[in-house]
Amino acid sequence: MSIINNINKVFDHRIRLGIMSVLMVNEYADFNTLKELLGATDGNLASHTKALEKAEYIKVEKQFIGRKPNTRYSTTKLGELEFKKHIDALEKLINKG
Amino acid sequence: MESKDYLKDISEIKDLMNKSSRFISLSGLSGILAGVYALIGASIAYYIVTNSVRGYLILDGQIFAICMFILAMVALFSVVTAIILTTKKAKKNGEKIWDSSSKRLLVNFLIPLITGGIYILIILNQGRYGHTAALMLIFYGLALINASKYSLGDIKYLGLTEIALGLICAFLPSYGFWFWVAGFGIMHIVYGSWMHFKYDRNVIKTL
Repeated sequence: MSIINNINKVFDHRIRLGIMSVLMVNEYADFNTLKELLGATDGNLASHTKALEKAEYIKVEKQFIGRKPNTRYSTTKLGELEFKKHIDALEKLINKG
Repeated sequence: MESKDYLKDISEIKDLMNKSSRFISLSGLSGILAGVYALIGASIAYYIVTNSVRGYLILDGQIFAICMFILAMVALFSVVTAIILTTKKAKKNGEKIWDSSSKRLLVNFLIPLITGGIYILIILNQGRYGHTAALMLIFYGLALINASKYSLGDIKYLGLTEIALGLICAFLPSYGFWFWVAGFGIMHIVYGSWMHFKYDRNVIKTL
């Protein structure tokens, strides 16, 4: 039971897992970088970042670089913790199978 | 179903973590060639200095200017070669040559390197040149170690080797030239070959 409990529903999507992976090893990443790395469309990525933001797993900062608006994302402490738990759970499941 | 999917998830996670934080298209061959240029440059300088009137190097005068010119040429050829070969490899890997990971790599490599370069120029201006080779090796080693966090981790070992050579060299300033040859010439060839066989050849095999 405990292993299944640690599989986090919020991460249960390729794009969300991807967003978290990138943000775990980078201080922050902006929208376009994420888009390129994950090969997602604008709308797709926006909806997934929103879901992660709502869960308070990532932080969103909006700023201007020159005149261009720039949105960048970073993980929260909670996000990092939950992601690690999720990965551990995945690994345990794999080892079991 | 699941286990296989999760396995794919994990490998994708690892891949993204690497791709987003490290620039891995550095070419081993460019390391080997940089070493070769350094050896050629050093031999020319050695020939010119030992055949000059004095037979050794002093800080002002034409011979010194020629040596500085040779040094600049070695650096220029090495950088140009590295850019060409790395661009080629990045293209093959489907990696962009100028993205946030390569920018970060370059910035972190250049900070210790430029610091060292300026410092060496300052003390040369003060007429103290005994430790030039040692300082070049040490700062170059620090630059490599700093860069290794954003590229292939193995660069760290070349960095540590350069620092070790630099520190020993500081004890034996009169052998500076030979330590320079070992650090910038031979070590580049050794590590470049290692990287070439470890990474570049594998790529060809799997293609």
